[in-house]
Amino acid sequence: MADRTGRLPSRLGLLLHQIGYQNRVFRRVPISAFFTLAFPMMFLLLFAAIFGDVAIGGGHEVASAQFYAPGLAVFTAASATYTNIGISTAIARDEGILRRVSSTPLPRWCYLGGVVGSGVCIAVFGVAMMLAVGMVAYGVEVEMDRVLPALVTFVVGSASFAMLGLALAAVAPSGQSSPALAQATMLPMAFVSDIFVPLGDEPARWLLVAGDVLPLKAFVKAFFTAFDPYHVGSAWEPGLLLRMALWGVFGALVAARKFRWEPSTGSVSRRRT
Amino acid sequence: MSGLEKSYGDVRAVDGISFEVEPGEVFALLGPNGAGKSTTVEILEGHRSRDAGTVEVLGHDPGTASAAFRDRVGIVLQEVGIERELTVREALVHYGACYSRRRPVDEVLELVGLDGLGDRRTHRLSGGQKRRIDLALGIIGDPDVLFLDEPTTGFDPSARRQAWEMVDGLRSLGTTIVLTSHYMDEVQALADRVLVIAGGRAVAEGTPDELRGSMDRETAIRARFPLDADGTVDDLLGGLSGRATVRGGRLEVRTEQPTADLHRLTAWALERGVDLDDLEVVRPTLEDVYLDLISGEPAGEPAGGDHG
Repeated sequence: MADRTGRLPSRLGLLLHQIGYQNRVFRRVPISAFFTLAFPMMFLLLFAAIFGDVAIGGGHEVASAQFYAPGLAVFTAASATYTNIGISTAIARDEGILRRVSSTPLPRWCYLGGVVGSGVCIAVFGVAMMLAVGMVAYGVEVEMDRVLPALVTFVVGSASFAMLGLALAAVAPSGQSSPALAQATMLPMAFVSDIFVPLGDEPARWLLVAGDVLPLKAFVKAFFTAFDPYHVGSAWEPGLLLRMALWGVFGALVAARKFRWEPSTGSVSRRRT
Repeated sequence: MSGLEKSYGDVRAVDGISFEVEPGEVFALLGPNGAGKSTTVEILEGHRSRDAGTVEVLGHDPGTASAAFRDRVGIVLQEVGIERELTVREALVHYGACYSRRRPVDEVLELVGLDGLGDRRTHRLSGGQKRRIDLALGIIGDPDVLFLDEPTTGFDPSARRQAWEMVDGLRSLGTTIVLTSHYMDEVQALADRVLVIAGGRAVAEGTPDELRGSMDRETAIRARFPLDADGTVDDLLGGLSGRATVRGGRLEVRTEQPTADLHRLTAWALERGVDLDDLEVVRPTLEDVYLDLISGEPAGEPAGGDHG
């Protein structure tokens, strides 16, 4: 009709609105908040209690948390993006929420941008919490000139894992199977990426290769460099950043090719007429 | 739209359907499950691609649906979900935010009969109430055209009445409405014009009155039929003005001259000493006309006349 005067809302406004809305949905589901945020924190408290302080030579001692907190912070960031986005988006598809979204004027990229943006927000919160507890409770330290490299690593890593999360949602056959897929990929990757237990002196070669190929170890190593008391010189790790970014591009390509907005057949009772 | 076709593998779900809807009209697609109603309406909404034919909605081709197109249509799909953890009001505000024009949330809640439930989380609503959220979200963007895909399936009778009143209210505001239904009475209550489809084809089109008009001319004479016969028994009975068929031991005569044919039939029965148990003379309901249409059986005159 001719009297339609309003203009479509601005895309930036829509994107911010979507991010805020996804954050709100996340907050309303305590179980996902627990697994994403509290679970890694539990590991930090456990490891710090088990391993205490360690000597780093020259008569210095640092808390073991100096080694664990950065790795667990990265684990939190990967959970908030990859695991969280992959599972919640696959479930939203099964529940017909994506189907509803695609019937509105909201651009599809804007919805997905909200999902990714919210995942990164949650990652920021989780990493900040992890590092804050590490610093206050265990005296974890970071040198000021290494803050920027750590920040850039975080942004590149979180964005890449968010893309991989969208790819996971795209290939998951159903919402129900998505948690299994997420954990079956995330946990083994975490074990070859020095997050829970450092690999021993002479681990099986395939463990090392797996860690070096997959994106999580690159994220952990690049981020840990900023906290490494043994490290001297620049904390920038361009090679590792590139490896993560390539995985992010791979995730985006898979998502672009495979992402579906309609529920998979059988996940909702089909009433086709 | 004209000549619409859509196949899934070898199945032709929509096989050459054409129709036009006037602004401000309530247009219904009526047919049984699997007739192709939802497929047709999903193509109009831009939710499904078509294999052939041309479609234009509000000057747009839904196949290449832009945000500008989606901004002007409201869509109530089947099988859609809503975030469990949001309240009704939050959902309306959230989805309303992507439209250029919005109806006030309270007005929408009242229109769909959810007033007082705005602060309830959506997972605590009943099935019928959830369907009302679907309706509410369909009209939150103040659409020019509203698509309703089986809007009242799963409603109890009073909720259906309320939904009908809501559609009536929207009609009076000038909204063009395209709805699908397999309920005869719903279409009769709501639609200005009806397209009956079966097996992906249009079998009749007209106003509900025109559809009913076809039955004004015909009355059915029914009885249990004791002789061994199946199918058309015109030859056997002879002399009737209507058509006589026997199925499963039951005789039915469709006729425009019930008095004369009843006389001939009973005369025939008396002559042969045949008892016609359960003899009754009934005017077919609109439901019967509809059932005839979709089963491919003639219901006397073609309903409405305009075959799409």
